[in-house]
Amino acid sequence: MKIITVEACYAVVGLYLFVLAGRIAAERDHPRRWGSALFWTLLGVTFIGAKVLAPIIIGYFVVAMVVLAAMGQVTRGASHETSRQERVGHAERLRNRIFWPALLIPATAVVGTLILGELHHGDVWLVEPKQVTLIALSLGAMLALIVAMRTTGANVGAASREGSRLLQTLGWSLILPQMLAALGGIFAKAGVGEVVAGLVAQAVPTGVPWVAVLAYCGGMALFTMVMGNAFAAFAVITGGIGLPFIVKLHCSRPWRRISIWCRRCC
Amino acid sequence: MIKLIGVALIAAGFALRVNTLLVVLAAGLATGFAAGFSLNEIMAMIGKYFSDNRAMTLPIVLMLPVVGLLERYGLKERAEVLIRRSKAATAGRVILLYTAVRQISISLGVSIGGHAGAVRPLVAPMAEAAARGSGGELSSASVVQIRAHAAAGENIGNFFGEDIFIAVGAILLMKGFFEAQGMNVSVWAMALWGIPTAFIAFAAMWWRCRLLDRRIERAAAVETNPGGAQ
Repeated sequence: MKIITVEACYAVVGLYLFVLAGRIAAERDHPRRWGSALFWTLLGVTFIGAKVLAPIIIGYFVVAMVVLAAMGQVTRGASHETSRQERVGHAERLRNRIFWPALLIPATAVVGTLILGELHHGDVWLVEPKQVTLIALSLGAMLALIVAMRTTGANVGAASREGSRLLQTLGWSLILPQMLAALGGIFAKAGVGEVVAGLVAQAVPTGVPWVAVLAYCGGMALFTMVMGNAFAAFAVITGGIGLPFIVKLHCSRPWRRISIWCRRCC
Repeated sequence: MIKLIGVALIAAGFALRVNTLLVVLAAGLATGFAAGFSLNEIMAMIGKYFSDNRAMTLPIVLMLPVVGLLERYGLKERAEVLIRRSKAATAGRVILLYTAVRQISISLGVSIGGHAGAVRPLVAPMAEAAARGSGGELSSASVVQIRAHAAAGENIGNFFGEDIFIAVGAILLMKGFFEAQGMNVSVWAMALWGIPTAFIAFAAMWWRCRLLDRRIERAAAVETNPGGAQ
Protein backbone atom coordinates (compact mmCIF):
# COMPACT_ATOMS: atom_id res chain seq x y z
CA MET A 1 0.00 0.00 0.00
CA LYS A 2 1.13 3.52 -0.76
CA ILE A 3 -0.13 6.53 1.19
CA ILE A 4 0.73 9.23 -1.37
CA THR A 5 0.29 8.08 -4.96
CA VAL A 6 1.02 9.95 -8.15
CA GLU A 7 -2.70 9.72 -8.98
CA ALA A 8 -3.34 11.83 -5.87
CA CYS A 9 -1.00 14.50 -7.29
CA TYR A 10 -2.89 14.38 -10.61
CA ALA A 11 -6.14 14.76 -8.68
CA VAL A 12 -4.77 17.89 -6.99
CA VAL A 13 -3.90 19.28 -10.42
CA GLY A 14 -7.43 18.45 -11.64
CA LEU A 15 -9.09 20.11 -8.65
CA TYR A 16 -6.91 23.17 -9.03
CA LEU A 17 -7.88 23.39 -12.71
CA PHE A 18 -11.56 23.28 -11.63
CA VAL A 19 -10.95 26.19 -9.25
CA LEU A 20 -9.27 28.20 -12.02
CA ALA A 21 -12.10 27.36 -14.44
CA GLY A 22 -14.56 28.62 -11.83
CA ARG A 23 -12.58 31.85 -11.47
CA ILE A 24 -12.61 32.38 -15.24
CA ALA A 25 -16.37 31.68 -15.43
CA ALA A 26 -16.88 34.38 -12.80
CA GLU A 27 -14.83 36.99 -14.70
CA ARG A 28 -17.56 39.14 -16.23
CA ASP A 29 -15.18 41.13 -18.41
CA HIS A 30 -13.50 37.99 -19.85
CA PRO A 31 -14.03 37.99 -23.64
CA ARG A 32 -14.48 34.20 -23.93
CA ARG A 33 -15.26 33.17 -20.40
CA TRP A 34 -17.49 30.14 -21.10
CA GLY A 35 -15.26 28.60 -23.78
CA SER A 36 -12.14 29.09 -21.65
CA ALA A 37 -13.82 27.78 -18.49
CA LEU A 38 -15.01 24.69 -20.39
CA PHE A 39 -11.52 24.02 -21.78
CA TRP A 40 -9.89 24.06 -18.33
CA THR A 41 -12.73 22.01 -16.83
CA LEU A 42 -12.27 19.33 -19.50
CA LEU A 43 -8.52 19.26 -18.83
CA GLY A 44 -9.25 18.89 -15.12
CA VAL A 45 -11.54 15.95 -15.87
CA THR A 46 -8.83 14.19 -17.90
CA PHE A 47 -6.43 14.62 -14.97
CA ILE A 48 -8.79 13.24 -12.34
CA GLY A 49 -10.62 10.69 -14.46
CA ALA A 50 -7.76 9.06 -16.37
CA LYS A 51 -7.93 5.88 -14.31
CA VAL A 52 -11.75 5.79 -14.09
CA LEU A 53 -12.95 6.86 -17.52
CA ALA A 54 -12.39 4.74 -20.63
CA PRO A 55 -9.51 6.01 -22.81
CA ILE A 56 -11.96 6.58 -25.67
CA ILE A 57 -13.90 9.10 -23.57
CA ILE A 58 -10.70 10.93 -22.68
CA GLY A 59 -9.90 10.90 -26.40
CA TYR A 60 -13.15 12.66 -27.27
CA PHE A 61 -12.58 15.16 -24.44
CA VAL A 62 -9.17 15.91 -25.96
CA VAL A 63 -10.82 16.49 -29.35
CA ALA A 64 -13.30 18.87 -27.69
CA MET A 65 -10.40 20.81 -26.13
CA VAL A 66 -8.61 21.03 -29.48
CA VAL A 67 -11.80 22.29 -31.18
CA LEU A 68 -12.29 24.94 -28.47
CA ALA A 69 -8.70 26.08 -28.89
CA ALA A 70 -8.89 26.13 -32.69
CA MET A 71 -12.09 28.20 -32.58
CA GLY A 72 -10.33 30.87 -30.55
CA GLN A 73 -12.41 30.16 -27.46
CA VAL A 74 -9.41 29.81 -25.14
CA THR A 75 -8.14 33.33 -24.59
CA ARG A 76 -6.75 35.55 -21.90
CA GLY A 77 -9.00 37.58 -19.64
CA ALA A 78 -8.66 41.29 -19.07
CA SER A 79 -5.22 41.90 -17.62
CA HIS A 80 -5.06 43.00 -14.02
CA GLU A 81 -1.29 42.89 -13.66
CA THR A 82 0.24 44.99 -10.94
CA SER A 83 2.32 48.00 -11.90
CA ARG A 84 6.08 47.73 -12.16
CA GLN A 85 6.43 50.40 -9.50
CA GLU A 86 4.47 48.31 -7.03
CA ARG A 87 6.60 45.23 -7.78
CA VAL A 88 9.84 47.19 -7.37
CA GLY A 89 8.52 48.37 -4.01
CA HIS A 90 7.87 44.80 -2.90
CA ALA A 91 11.30 43.74 -4.19
CA GLU A 92 12.99 46.43 -2.10
CA ARG A 93 11.06 45.42 0.99
CA LEU A 94 11.51 41.64 0.69
CA ARG A 95 15.06 41.69 -0.76
CA ASN A 96 16.50 38.17 -1.12
CA ARG A 97 13.74 36.55 0.90
CA ILE A 98 11.71 36.45 -2.32
CA PHE A 99 14.08 33.73 -3.62
CA TRP A 100 13.59 31.28 -0.76
CA PRO A 101 10.28 29.79 -1.95
CA ALA A 102 11.64 29.48 -5.51
CA LEU A 103 14.74 27.64 -4.26
CA LEU A 104 12.66 25.50 -1.91
CA ILE A 105 11.06 23.66 -4.86
CA PRO A 106 14.30 22.05 -6.15
CA ALA A 107 15.57 21.55 -2.58
CA THR A 108 12.43 19.63 -1.58
CA ALA A 109 12.53 17.69 -4.83
CA VAL A 110 16.11 16.56 -4.18
CA VAL A 111 15.71 15.72 -0.50
CA GLY A 112 12.33 14.13 -1.20
CA THR A 113 13.71 11.97 -4.00
CA LEU A 114 16.53 10.74 -1.79
CA ILE A 115 14.49 10.10 1.36
CA LEU A 116 10.76 9.70 0.64
CA GLY A 117 11.21 6.62 -1.57
CA GLU A 118 12.89 4.74 1.25
CA LEU A 119 10.29 5.36 3.94
CA HIS A 120 8.09 2.33 4.57
CA HIS A 121 6.68 0.30 7.41
CA GLY A 122 6.48 -3.25 6.18
CA ASP A 123 4.27 -3.10 3.12
CA VAL A 124 2.96 0.39 3.77
CA TRP A 125 4.99 2.90 1.74
CA LEU A 126 4.75 6.63 2.28
CA VAL A 127 5.00 7.34 -1.44
CA GLU A 128 4.97 5.24 -4.61
CA PRO A 129 8.69 4.36 -4.92
CA LYS A 130 8.58 4.41 -8.74
CA GLN A 131 7.07 7.90 -8.90
CA VAL A 132 9.07 9.45 -6.08
CA THR A 133 10.56 12.27 -8.22
CA LEU A 134 7.18 13.49 -9.43
CA ILE A 135 5.61 13.24 -5.98
CA ALA A 136 8.54 15.05 -4.33
CA LEU A 137 8.24 17.81 -6.93
CA SER A 138 4.51 18.15 -6.27
CA LEU A 139 5.04 18.31 -2.51
CA GLY A 140 7.83 20.84 -3.07
CA ALA A 141 5.53 23.09 -5.11
CA MET A 142 2.85 23.00 -2.42
CA LEU A 143 5.33 23.62 0.41
CA ALA A 144 6.83 26.50 -1.56
CA LEU A 145 3.36 28.01 -1.98
CA ILE A 146 2.82 28.01 1.79
CA VAL A 147 6.23 29.58 2.41
CA ALA A 148 5.63 32.14 -0.35
CA MET A 149 2.30 33.17 1.21
CA ARG A 150 3.97 33.59 4.61
CA THR A 151 6.90 35.56 3.15
CA THR A 152 4.81 37.93 1.06
CA GLY A 153 1.82 38.11 3.39
CA ALA A 154 -0.50 37.26 0.51
CA ASN A 155 -3.65 35.18 1.02
CA VAL A 156 -4.99 32.13 -0.81
CA GLY A 157 -7.16 34.32 -3.04
CA ALA A 158 -4.15 36.24 -4.32
CA ALA A 159 -2.25 33.00 -5.04
CA SER A 160 -5.19 31.59 -6.95
CA ARG A 161 -5.60 34.86 -8.90
CA GLU A 162 -1.91 34.90 -9.89
CA GLY A 163 -2.09 31.20 -10.85
CA SER A 164 -5.08 31.97 -13.04
CA ARG A 165 -3.21 34.86 -14.69
CA LEU A 166 -0.23 32.61 -15.55
CA LEU A 167 -2.46 29.76 -16.72
CA GLN A 168 -4.24 32.09 -19.12
CA THR A 169 -0.90 33.39 -20.37
CA LEU A 170 0.09 29.82 -21.22
CA GLY A 171 -3.34 29.11 -22.73
CA TRP A 172 -3.94 26.03 -24.82
CA SER A 173 -0.22 25.50 -25.49
CA LEU A 174 -0.10 23.88 -22.03
CA ILE A 175 -1.44 20.61 -23.49
CA LEU A 176 0.76 20.64 -26.60
CA PRO A 177 3.46 18.33 -25.13
CA GLN A 178 0.81 15.76 -24.21
CA MET A 179 -0.73 16.04 -27.69
CA LEU A 180 2.65 15.49 -29.34
CA ALA A 181 3.24 12.48 -27.14
CA ALA A 182 -0.14 11.09 -28.24
CA LEU A 183 0.83 11.69 -31.88
CA GLY A 184 4.11 9.87 -31.29
CA GLY A 185 2.17 6.94 -29.86
CA ILE A 186 -0.09 6.79 -32.92
CA PHE A 187 2.94 7.00 -35.24
CA ALA A 188 4.54 4.08 -33.42
CA LYS A 189 1.35 1.96 -33.58
CA ALA A 190 0.83 2.83 -37.25
CA GLY A 191 4.35 1.73 -38.14
CA VAL A 192 5.55 5.07 -39.48
CA GLY A 193 9.08 4.31 -38.28
CA GLU A 194 9.33 1.13 -40.34
CA VAL A 195 8.32 3.05 -43.46
CA VAL A 196 10.98 5.69 -42.80
CA ALA A 197 13.61 3.05 -42.08
CA GLY A 198 12.72 1.30 -45.35
CA LEU A 199 13.04 4.54 -47.31
CA VAL A 200 16.41 5.30 -45.72
CA ALA A 201 17.67 1.81 -46.53
CA GLN A 202 16.75 2.30 -50.20
CA ALA A 203 18.00 5.85 -50.57
CA VAL A 204 21.29 5.75 -48.64
CA PRO A 205 24.35 3.54 -49.19
CA THR A 206 24.29 2.06 -45.70
CA GLY A 207 27.20 -0.25 -46.60
CA VAL A 208 29.59 2.55 -45.72
CA PRO A 209 29.90 2.71 -41.93
CA TRP A 210 29.91 6.48 -41.48
CA VAL A 211 26.98 6.89 -43.85
CA ALA A 212 25.02 4.35 -41.81
CA VAL A 213 25.80 6.23 -38.60
CA LEU A 214 24.86 9.53 -40.21
CA ALA A 215 21.54 8.09 -41.40
CA TYR A 216 20.90 6.72 -37.92
CA CYS A 217 21.68 10.00 -36.16
CA GLY A 218 19.83 12.11 -38.72
CA GLY A 219 16.80 9.85 -38.58
CA MET A 220 16.82 9.94 -34.81
CA ALA A 221 17.01 13.74 -34.72
CA LEU A 222 14.28 14.13 -37.34
CA PHE A 223 11.95 11.70 -35.66
CA THR A 224 12.48 13.19 -32.24
CA MET A 225 11.54 16.59 -33.63
CA VAL A 226 8.42 15.24 -35.32
CA MET A 227 7.27 13.27 -32.31
CA GLY A 228 8.24 15.75 -29.65
CA ASN A 229 10.15 13.19 -27.59
CA ALA A 230 12.76 10.52 -28.11
CA PHE A 231 11.19 7.57 -26.34
CA ALA A 232 9.18 6.48 -29.37
CA ALA A 233 11.87 7.61 -31.80
CA PHE A 234 14.54 5.51 -30.10
CA ALA A 235 12.72 2.21 -30.52
CA VAL A 236 11.63 2.99 -34.08
CA ILE A 237 14.92 4.26 -35.49
CA THR A 238 17.18 1.88 -33.57
CA GLY A 239 15.01 -1.03 -34.66
CA GLY A 240 14.73 0.26 -38.22
CA ILE A 241 18.20 1.61 -38.95
CA GLY A 242 20.47 1.13 -35.95
CA LEU A 243 20.29 -2.62 -35.49
CA PRO A 244 20.16 -3.85 -39.13
CA PHE A 245 22.59 -1.37 -40.69
CA ILE A 246 25.01 -0.58 -37.89
CA VAL A 247 25.12 -3.41 -35.38
CA LYS A 248 24.49 -6.34 -37.72
CA LEU A 249 26.28 -4.97 -40.77
CA HIS A 250 29.28 -3.33 -39.14
CA CYS A 251 29.47 -4.97 -35.76
CA SER A 252 32.23 -2.73 -34.49
CA ARG A 253 31.47 -1.78 -30.97
CA PRO A 254 32.73 1.81 -30.88
CA TRP A 255 30.60 2.83 -33.84
CA ARG A 256 27.57 1.30 -32.27
CA ARG A 257 27.99 2.95 -28.94
CA ILE A 258 28.69 6.38 -30.28
CA SER A 259 25.63 6.19 -32.45
CA ILE A 260 23.44 5.10 -29.56
CA TRP A 261 24.24 8.38 -27.95
CA CYS A 262 23.63 10.52 -30.94
CA ARG A 263 20.07 11.07 -30.02
CA ARG A 264 18.11 13.77 -28.38
CA CYS A 265 16.44 12.23 -25.42
CA CYS A 266 13.22 13.25 -23.80
CA MET B 1 4.25 5.50 -47.96
CA ILE B 2 0.68 6.64 -47.29
CA LYS B 3 1.45 6.37 -43.58
CA LEU B 4 3.75 9.36 -43.90
CA ILE B 5 0.75 11.61 -44.53
CA GLY B 6 0.88 12.68 -40.86
CA VAL B 7 4.45 13.97 -41.23
CA ALA B 8 3.42 15.90 -44.37
CA LEU B 9 0.38 17.38 -42.56
CA ILE B 10 2.58 18.55 -39.68
CA ALA B 11 4.98 20.27 -42.07
CA ALA B 12 2.16 21.89 -44.08
CA GLY B 13 0.17 22.92 -40.99
CA PHE B 14 3.16 24.51 -39.28
CA ALA B 15 4.12 26.32 -42.51
CA LEU B 16 0.58 27.72 -42.90
CA ARG B 17 0.44 28.63 -39.20
CA VAL B 18 -2.76 26.74 -38.51
CA ASN B 19 -3.56 26.23 -34.79
CA THR B 20 -0.84 23.81 -33.63
CA LEU B 21 -3.18 21.59 -31.60
CA LEU B 22 -5.45 21.20 -34.62
CA VAL B 23 -2.50 20.26 -36.86
CA VAL B 24 -1.31 17.62 -34.40
CA LEU B 25 -4.80 16.16 -34.05
CA ALA B 26 -5.30 16.09 -37.82
CA ALA B 27 -1.92 14.39 -38.30
CA GLY B 28 -2.85 11.78 -35.70
CA LEU B 29 -6.24 11.09 -37.30
CA ALA B 30 -4.80 10.92 -40.84
CA THR B 31 -1.98 8.57 -39.80
CA GLY B 32 -4.39 6.39 -37.86
CA PHE B 33 -6.82 6.11 -40.78
CA ALA B 34 -3.96 5.45 -43.22
CA ALA B 35 -2.83 2.55 -41.01
CA GLY B 36 -6.35 1.11 -41.02
CA PHE B 37 -7.54 2.02 -37.52
CA SER B 38 -11.17 3.02 -36.89
CA LEU B 39 -12.15 6.41 -35.46
CA ASN B 40 -12.91 4.89 -32.06
CA GLU B 41 -9.59 3.05 -32.00
CA ILE B 42 -7.75 6.30 -32.72
CA MET B 43 -9.75 8.12 -30.02
CA ALA B 44 -8.84 5.39 -27.52
CA MET B 45 -5.16 5.74 -28.46
CA ILE B 46 -5.25 9.52 -28.07
CA GLY B 47 -7.00 9.15 -24.70
CA LYS B 48 -4.52 6.55 -23.48
CA TYR B 49 -1.34 8.38 -24.52
CA PHE B 50 -2.73 11.73 -23.36
CA SER B 51 -3.35 10.24 -19.90
CA ASP B 52 -0.02 8.40 -19.83
CA ASN B 53 1.81 11.67 -20.35
CA ARG B 54 0.12 13.78 -17.69
CA ALA B 55 3.50 13.94 -15.95
CA MET B 56 4.56 16.48 -18.61
CA THR B 57 1.90 18.97 -17.51
CA LEU B 58 1.80 18.29 -13.76
CA PRO B 59 4.82 20.37 -12.61
CA ILE B 60 3.77 23.35 -14.73
CA VAL B 61 0.26 23.54 -13.26
CA LEU B 62 1.37 22.95 -9.69
CA MET B 63 3.94 25.74 -9.90
CA LEU B 64 1.51 28.32 -11.33
CA PRO B 65 0.29 29.78 -8.01
CA VAL B 66 3.70 29.98 -6.33
CA VAL B 67 5.50 31.39 -9.38
CA GLY B 68 2.65 33.82 -10.07
CA LEU B 69 2.70 35.03 -6.49
CA LEU B 70 6.48 35.49 -6.43
CA GLU B 71 6.34 37.40 -9.72
CA ARG B 72 3.69 39.71 -8.30
CA TYR B 73 5.90 40.40 -5.30
CA GLY B 74 8.92 41.38 -7.35
CA LEU B 75 10.90 38.19 -8.06
CA LYS B 76 11.99 39.38 -11.50
CA GLU B 77 12.74 42.89 -10.29
CA ARG B 78 14.94 41.52 -7.48
CA ALA B 79 16.75 39.20 -9.87
CA GLU B 80 17.50 42.23 -12.05
CA VAL B 81 18.96 44.14 -9.10
CA LEU B 82 21.25 41.23 -8.23
CA ILE B 83 22.43 40.61 -11.77
CA ARG B 84 23.26 44.28 -12.37
CA ARG B 85 25.79 44.16 -9.53
CA SER B 86 27.83 41.69 -11.54
CA LYS B 87 29.78 43.47 -14.27
CA ALA B 88 30.75 40.25 -16.06
CA ALA B 89 27.19 39.01 -16.47
CA THR B 90 25.81 38.79 -20.00
CA ALA B 91 22.66 37.01 -21.16
CA GLY B 92 24.70 34.23 -22.77
CA ARG B 93 26.86 33.68 -19.69
CA VAL B 94 23.87 33.54 -17.34
CA ILE B 95 22.17 30.94 -19.57
CA LEU B 96 25.38 28.92 -20.00
CA LEU B 97 25.98 28.86 -16.25
CA TYR B 98 22.46 27.56 -15.71
CA THR B 99 22.98 24.92 -18.40
CA ALA B 100 26.18 23.76 -16.68
CA VAL B 101 24.56 23.55 -13.25
CA ARG B 102 21.58 21.70 -14.72
CA GLN B 103 23.71 19.24 -16.69
CA ILE B 104 26.13 18.42 -13.88
CA SER B 105 23.43 18.03 -11.22
CA ILE B 106 21.21 15.82 -13.37
CA SER B 107 24.17 13.62 -14.32
CA LEU B 108 24.50 12.91 -10.59
CA GLY B 109 20.82 12.00 -10.43
CA VAL B 110 19.68 15.27 -8.88
CA SER B 111 16.88 17.01 -10.75
CA ILE B 112 16.75 20.75 -10.09
CA GLY B 113 15.24 23.39 -12.32
CA GLY B 114 12.75 22.92 -15.11
CA HIS B 115 11.00 25.32 -17.45
CA ALA B 116 8.24 26.18 -14.98
CA GLY B 117 10.33 26.07 -11.81
CA ALA B 118 13.52 27.85 -12.83
CA VAL B 119 13.61 29.18 -16.39
CA ARG B 120 10.50 31.35 -16.28
CA PRO B 121 10.89 32.82 -12.76
CA LEU B 122 14.70 33.03 -12.49
CA VAL B 123 16.94 32.27 -15.47
CA ALA B 124 15.12 34.21 -18.20
CA PRO B 125 14.64 37.39 -16.11
CA MET B 126 18.29 37.28 -14.98
CA ALA B 127 19.49 36.85 -18.55
CA GLU B 128 17.26 39.70 -19.73
CA ALA B 129 18.51 41.93 -16.91
CA ALA B 130 22.12 41.09 -17.78
CA ALA B 131 21.49 42.04 -21.40
CA ARG B 132 19.84 45.32 -20.35
CA GLY B 133 22.72 46.13 -18.04
CA SER B 134 25.18 45.99 -20.91
CA GLY B 135 23.08 47.34 -23.76
CA GLY B 136 20.32 49.64 -22.50
CA GLU B 137 16.77 48.81 -23.55
CA LEU B 138 16.12 45.58 -25.43
CA SER B 139 14.13 45.14 -28.60
CA SER B 140 11.24 42.70 -28.33
CA ALA B 141 13.08 40.42 -30.80
CA SER B 142 16.07 40.25 -28.45
CA VAL B 143 13.83 39.49 -25.47
CA VAL B 144 12.23 36.59 -27.35
CA GLN B 145 15.64 35.26 -28.39
CA ILE B 146 16.96 35.39 -24.83
CA ARG B 147 13.91 33.53 -23.51
CA ALA B 148 14.23 30.91 -26.23
CA HIS B 149 17.91 30.36 -25.43
CA ALA B 150 17.12 30.10 -21.71
CA ALA B 151 14.54 27.40 -22.49
CA ALA B 152 17.03 25.64 -24.79
CA GLY B 153 19.65 25.68 -22.01
CA GLU B 154 17.20 23.79 -19.82
CA ASN B 155 16.58 21.19 -22.55
CA ILE B 156 20.23 20.66 -23.41
CA GLY B 157 21.39 20.51 -19.81
CA ASN B 158 18.64 18.12 -18.84
CA PHE B 159 18.59 15.79 -21.86
CA PHE B 160 22.30 15.35 -22.39
CA GLY B 161 23.08 15.22 -18.69
CA GLU B 162 20.52 12.70 -17.51
CA ASP B 163 21.86 9.82 -19.62
CA ILE B 164 25.10 9.82 -17.62
CA PHE B 165 23.11 8.72 -14.58
CA ILE B 166 22.29 5.01 -14.84
CA ALA B 167 18.99 4.88 -12.97
CA VAL B 168 17.14 7.23 -15.29
CA GLY B 169 14.11 6.18 -17.33
CA ALA B 170 15.80 6.70 -20.70
CA ILE B 171 18.71 4.35 -19.88
CA LEU B 172 16.37 1.68 -18.57
CA LEU B 173 14.22 2.03 -21.69
CA MET B 174 17.24 1.43 -23.93
CA LYS B 175 18.43 -1.50 -21.84
CA GLY B 176 14.95 -3.01 -22.06
CA PHE B 177 14.86 -2.48 -25.82
CA PHE B 178 18.23 -4.16 -26.40
CA GLU B 179 17.34 -7.06 -24.12
CA ALA B 180 14.15 -7.60 -26.11
CA GLN B 181 16.41 -7.86 -29.20
CA GLY B 182 18.55 -10.45 -27.44
CA MET B 183 21.49 -8.12 -26.85
CA ASN B 184 23.05 -7.56 -23.48
CA VAL B 185 24.24 -3.98 -23.12
CA SER B 186 25.54 -2.84 -19.75
CA VAL B 187 23.96 0.31 -18.29
CA TRP B 188 27.42 1.42 -17.18
CA ALA B 189 28.68 1.29 -20.77
CA MET B 190 25.69 3.32 -21.92
CA ALA B 191 26.25 5.90 -19.18
CA LEU B 192 29.99 6.09 -19.96
CA TRP B 193 29.42 6.68 -23.68
CA GLY B 194 26.90 9.36 -22.85
CA ILE B 195 29.73 11.53 -21.53
CA PRO B 196 31.33 12.56 -24.87
CA THR B 197 27.91 13.46 -26.26
CA ALA B 198 27.21 15.53 -23.16
CA PHE B 199 30.44 17.47 -23.67
CA ILE B 200 29.68 18.08 -27.35
CA ALA B 201 26.16 19.25 -26.52
CA PHE B 202 27.54 21.65 -23.91
CA ALA B 203 30.12 22.98 -26.38
CA ALA B 204 27.33 23.62 -28.87
CA MET B 205 25.41 25.50 -26.19
CA TRP B 206 28.50 27.56 -25.35
CA TRP B 207 28.81 28.52 -29.02
CA ARG B 208 25.12 29.46 -29.25
CA CYS B 209 25.35 31.60 -26.12
CA ARG B 210 28.34 33.43 -27.59
CA LEU B 211 26.39 34.10 -30.77
CA LEU B 212 23.44 35.29 -28.69
CA ASP B 213 25.59 37.83 -26.84
CA ARG B 214 27.04 39.12 -30.10
CA ARG B 215 23.60 39.45 -31.67
CA ILE B 216 22.32 41.42 -28.67
CA GLU B 217 25.34 43.72 -28.84
CA ARG B 218 24.80 44.31 -32.54
CA ALA B 219 21.08 44.98 -32.04
CA ALA B 220 21.91 47.49 -29.29
CA ALA B 221 24.46 49.19 -31.54
CA VAL B 222 21.89 49.55 -34.32
CA GLU B 223 19.42 51.02 -31.86
CA THR B 224 21.77 53.73 -30.62
CA ASN B 225 22.75 54.49 -34.20
CA PRO B 226 19.55 53.93 -36.17
CA GLY B 227 20.88 55.39 -39.42
CA GLY B 228 23.56 52.71 -39.48
CA ALA B 229 25.99 55.30 -40.92
CA GLN B 230 29.13 53.63 -39.66
